[in-house]
Amino acid sequence: MTTEDFNRVSRRTILGASAAICAAPAATAAVPASAAKKPGAQGLLPVTLKVNGKHLHLDLDPRTTLLDALREHLRLTGTKKGCDHGQCGACTVIVEGRRINSCLTLAVMHDGESVTTIEGLGTPEKLHPMQKAFVVHDGYQCGYCTPGQICSAVAMLDEIAAGLPSHVTADLDKVRFSDAEVRERMSGNICRCAAYSNIVAAIRDVAEQDA
Amino acid sequence: MKTFTYERATSPAAAASAAADRPGARFIAGGTNLLDLMKLQIETPAHLIDVNRLGLDRIEPTDEGGLRIGALVRNSDLAGDKRVRSDYAVLSRALLAGASGQLRNKATTAGNLLQRTRCPYFYDTTKPCNKRKPGSGCAAIKGFSRNLAIMGTSDACIATHPSDMAVAMRLLDAQVDTVSPDGTKRIIPIADFHRLPGETPHLESALAPGELIVSVTLPKPLGGTHVYRKVRDRASYAFALVSVAAVFGKNGEARFAFGGLAPKPWRVDAADAAAKNGAGAVAEAALAGASVTRHNAFKKDLTARTLASVYAQEARP
Amino acid sequence: MKFDQPATLNPIDRGRVIGIAHDRIDGPAKVTGTAPYAYERHDVAPNAAYGWIVGSAIAKGSISAIDTRAAEAAPGVFAVVTHENAGPLGKGEMNTAHLLGGPRIEHFDQALALVVAGTLEQARDAARLVRIDYAREEGQFELAAEKDKAVKPPVSWGTQPDSAAGDFDAGFASAAVKIDRTYTTPDHSHAMMEPHASTAAWLGGRLTLWTSNQMIAWAVKELALTLKMKPEDIHVMSPYIGGGFGSKLFLRADAVLAALGARAAGRPVKVAIARPQIPNNTTHRPATIQRIRIGADKNGVIDAIGHEVWSGDLPGGGIESAAMQTRLLYGGKNRMTAHRLAVLDLPEGNAMRAPGEAVGLLALEVAMDELAEKCGVDPVELRIRNDVQYDPEVGPKRPFSSRKLIECLRQGADRFGWSKRNPKPGQVRDGHWLVGMGVAAAFRNNIASKSGARVSVDGKGQVTVETDMTDIGTGSYTIIAQTAAEMLGVAMEAVTVRLGDSKYPVSAGSGGQWGGNSSTAGVYAACMVLRGILAQKAGFNAEDAEFEDGMIKAAGKAIPLKQAAGRDGASAEDKIEFGDLSKRYAQATFGAHFCEVGVDMHTGETRVRRMGGAFAAGRILNPKAARSQVIGAMAMGVGAALMEELTVDTRFGYFVNHDMAEYQVPVHADIPEQDVLFVDELDDKSSPMKAKGVGELGICGAGAAVANAIYNACGVRIRDYPLTLDKVIRSLPAA
Ligand SMILES: Cc1cc2nc3c(=O)[nH]c(=O)nc-3n(C[C@H](O)[C@H](O)[C@H](O)COP(=O)(O)OP(=O)(O)OC[C@H]3O[C@@H](n4cnc5c(N)ncnc54)[C@H](O)[C@@H]3O)c2cc1C
Ligand code: SF4
Ligand code: FES
Ligand code: FES
Repeated sequence: MTTEDFNRVSRRTILGASAAICAAPAATAAVPASAAKKPGAQGLLPVTLKVNGKHLHLDLDPRTTLLDALREHLRLTGTKKGCDHGQCGACTVIVEGRRINSCLTLAVMHDGESVTTIEGLGTPEKLHPMQKAFVVHDGYQCGYCTPGQICSAVAMLDEIAAGLPSHVTADLDKVRFSDAEVRERMSGNICRCAAYSNIVAAIRDVAEQDA
Repeated sequence: MKTFTYERATSPAAAASAAADRPGARFIAGGTNLLDLMKLQIETPAHLIDVNRLGLDRIEPTDEGGLRIGALVRNSDLAGDKRVRSDYAVLSRALLAGASGQLRNKATTAGNLLQRTRCPYFYDTTKPCNKRKPGSGCAAIKGFSRNLAIMGTSDACIATHPSDMAVAMRLLDAQVDTVSPDGTKRIIPIADFHRLPGETPHLESALAPGELIVSVTLPKPLGGTHVYRKVRDRASYAFALVSVAAVFGKNGEARFAFGGLAPKPWRVDAADAAAKNGAGAVAEAALAGASVTRHNAFKKDLTARTLASVYAQEARP
Repeated sequence: MKFDQPATLNPIDRGRVIGIAHDRIDGPAKVTGTAPYAYERHDVAPNAAYGWIVGSAIAKGSISAIDTRAAEAAPGVFAVVTHENAGPLGKGEMNTAHLLGGPRIEHFDQALALVVAGTLEQARDAARLVRIDYAREEGQFELAAEKDKAVKPPVSWGTQPDSAAGDFDAGFASAAVKIDRTYTTPDHSHAMMEPHASTAAWLGGRLTLWTSNQMIAWAVKELALTLKMKPEDIHVMSPYIGGGFGSKLFLRADAVLAALGARAAGRPVKVAIARPQIPNNTTHRPATIQRIRIGADKNGVIDAIGHEVWSGDLPGGGIESAAMQTRLLYGGKNRMTAHRLAVLDLPEGNAMRAPGEAVGLLALEVAMDELAEKCGVDPVELRIRNDVQYDPEVGPKRPFSSRKLIECLRQGADRFGWSKRNPKPGQVRDGHWLVGMGVAAAFRNNIASKSGARVSVDGKGQVTVETDMTDIGTGSYTIIAQTAAEMLGVAMEAVTVRLGDSKYPVSAGSGGQWGGNSSTAGVYAACMVLRGILAQKAGFNAEDAEFEDGMIKAAGKAIPLKQAAGRDGASAEDKIEFGDLSKRYAQATFGAHFCEVGVDMHTGETRVRRMGGAFAAGRILNPKAARSQVIGAMAMGVGAALMEELTVDTRFGYFVNHDMAEYQVPVHADIPEQDVLFVDELDDKSSPMKAKGVGELGICGAGAAVANAIYNACGVRIRDYPLTLDKVIRSLPAA
């Protein structure tokens, strides 16, 4: 069965209140405008997000989380859903320079903001240094927590660089990189495969490159 | 999650009045608690008022020498603020002991104060819970209550307030500044901010419908040695079983507030008064009238032990 | 290829690619988020509708009425599937409870309906509108209360519930030193990071399912039974799996309901089991009560050893085989083991990483620590004294294929600095930490299982391997590529590996740590056939041909592989089948765990400070991936020791802490640096790869090492897992 077959199957049926994706500012809708009139399509809100450097316009059910906007509407499935309740960190993305759990925030709340996802950090051909370090240090196994770990790690190093303290910082005014700092600061990213010590090694590697 | 309408408020007064105009309206700040509960249909607002862009994200000195913390200041910004780190270290410490780096980047001062309990039965709509559904009963009292309250409880509810930040604020005698839909402003001492469950566990704070928190004010710094000790099963990213916030002053004086024990940050004058007599005496005073279950009885001993740990930590150079 | 004689020298022994710590070949896809998991198939099933599962609110009983009208009328809803409209359904042989319940309800959160809508938000919201009236029945939910009613279960997975040798009672009665202890372990949740998820699409009567499943062929077979279809009409694909640990061995509700939902809605449908539903809707590792009796002489040499295990499951379910390792791990002429099964109406118990050993060793290896103390023998030495080189229930006529437990204990102890341990508990302090060390043996059965593959070389010399083997984080992609590269003498870059597709030859799949060894042996078998074909095409005698540097070499001549393959390429399919070597020889993997913990002298909080271990698991195909498997499993052992417990509410009959905030697993801050040593070993009776499993060995015994370290640190012995601080402070002296 080919992709085309499935398209045929689904084209007969109704497009839900899915994405009207287009690259703004050239506001040409990729999905027929009629989609907006289909069941459940009422009450859609326009949202503009700058995702990985690209301005994107979406019409969204206000209930749509940032995570689902990325995964289901923009089809950027690199960001993962492990729990949908802020309990695992798989959905970590960087919004306006800060790492957050994209599952516990609504896309509409981020109108006009810039979002960096794993896809924005690098590609298989051109890996971000943190992505490369994860490969070298085997900082993953199943790979499902991995995009969240990497986004988190990138933003976390910035937090250390900015001198922000953590739970394990002995003197709140003296913030320095250490493995213990990394472990505490990365604790919002659960890895059930428990690649933890390899992840710490990967982050240490990148931090040393930066230093 | 039920459908809701959404608006982004333009000013604190507008937010409060919008809340009064729309039945079933709720403010949304970081969303880390509200959305969690909305997904489970424990919270079902009909209208969300986004208060994120009201400019309430500043930390400013007050004329009295304290600090005014905007309601929308993120937990990580508050913890990292230079003045907070040096003058209110217990607050930095409490914040940093809570949740995760990502959550703290979203969670706000007001939202943290108003986060709801983590009682597992509250979280499961197939179970009775007086807090979620008044009059339905309390599944926790005879159920799994390991992490529920031993102080300030009632026959209707034994839930804890899970915040770490609020414990430090209680210790510091913070005040909550609000604006009501009709424009009136109020100052609520933190001691009076959270309510005990009594017969009405669903009523959790002193806020009136539509009342918006605009800031939390800290009085001038206490000085002394600040300690926040949080005890939990895993090393991070977990709520407290018991936590102790303490500031030790001169001559053995100290004040204490407790998390994980009660439906609100727990503070007892007699405990502060017992400071000179050591951890055991403080624990005894703080835990007077405790009411435990089979599962959470250990919290009494754990509180005493955590206090001992706090005293030991204070004594270290 | 039939493997029924020990392996001799073969191309794998060259070790040019095999045995190298190669980076994972699927790594770049994983670190960039481009590896597609089951719920992410916009590429092949765009515009799939969204299914949301409605779970049962009661544990046992039946549906008296179900009303879906409001849900059906809700915005965006395409269909609501329930037992009333799903059509006749069968049941797979491997799941105990029905994956779509109703009218009977077998456990809490059993799926009773699926709501399909255009968006996730619509489906989730409408799911709340499905109105179900229940007729609730009393159930049994407490293992301890049902223990005395537990019965001897039938043989399952070829395993006898009981075993005996010599005269245990007499031996134990007359022993100079006796240990008689009961240990309990709670229900555990796999808590893999990717929820169970499936995307289903129908074309006519044929079903295509993208899912997250460890065992492709089982999934097809079970789906066919459940949906009453022909297996040929089902195509299952599972190229990436976000963790399994046993949770995805079997068909689950996501797959069945995605298929039913897609049929009802007339369009592709995707379903993920929501995280808060997972612990009660899916399977878990069952709780156990374990009694261990050991009789030894005063030097600690075991004469009698007995291990009895009680666990529970739904009617028709199975045991937690926690006494299995006790049949093989230590010597002693008088022996008994027994498993008893109680009926419980909790969610379905089933396999989780190292079923049996993972919790069996939590008990046995603490009992050994207790014996060591009672005899005044060092715990490492005690284990060495009780080593046995043959199956102790059968005798010397069934030796181990290879057994390097003693080497693991000695080398592991050296690296860890075990000699610095103070045998007297509670003696070492570091600030407010009471510091202690613990050891435990690691043991996990080695299972090999039939596995097939197809290997082809194209006219450009590119090699493609196809097998329905899965990679659940184990590194299958990489070790399979290494195997093919080694066998055909090509670079890793020349090999493409395609996995997890029911169109490919049936493999062993991923489970019971059999996957790595078996699936690479299957690739080995196919490569052997392909080598013959290529050698022949090149005009060489297959026996003489050397495959290296992309060439086939023989008799002083060298012909490029691509030339031998020719423009049309060459391809071969074969499978490895295992004879009776595993009957003639006991086969297992071994290791030794070492752990240092700190116990807070005030609060009883335990934090692991150091962990290390030495392991013997045959040839290590890729030391990097193997080490990752081991450290990950060690961490899971830490979880079992310190925090993991599905708490049963015996009134309502369900697991109360059913999300990832309440069911705690270790986070970064819980896991320190981990040291792993692989002891040199080749097991020629295991497979032509001379490898064994390694994915589960690391959890086996890890938690016991933590428990023993806690005892050494503070003198508190807890036999009721997890060893949380409330249990520690009960016996911890006031600081
Ligand atoms: C997995 C997990 C672990 C956590 N661990 C911890 C922990 O260890 N310690 C801890 O302290 N917390 C913890 N938290 C809780 C977290 O701190 C709270 O979710 C967060 O502080 C809530 O802030 P928010 O801004 O996101 O609130 P929101 O979710 O936006 O709002 C919460 C409530 O406050 C109301 N509200 C918000 N702003 C205002 C305002 N200005 N005026 C009036 N009402 C307002 C909302 O209407 C809502 O009812 C954890 C959360 C998660 C998900
Ligand atoms: S303790 Fe309170 S929150 Fe928990 S079930 Fe009882 S009433 Fe509900
Ligand atoms: S998916 Fe957002 S934290 Fe788990
Ligand atoms: S790599 Fe599997 S959960 Fe982290």
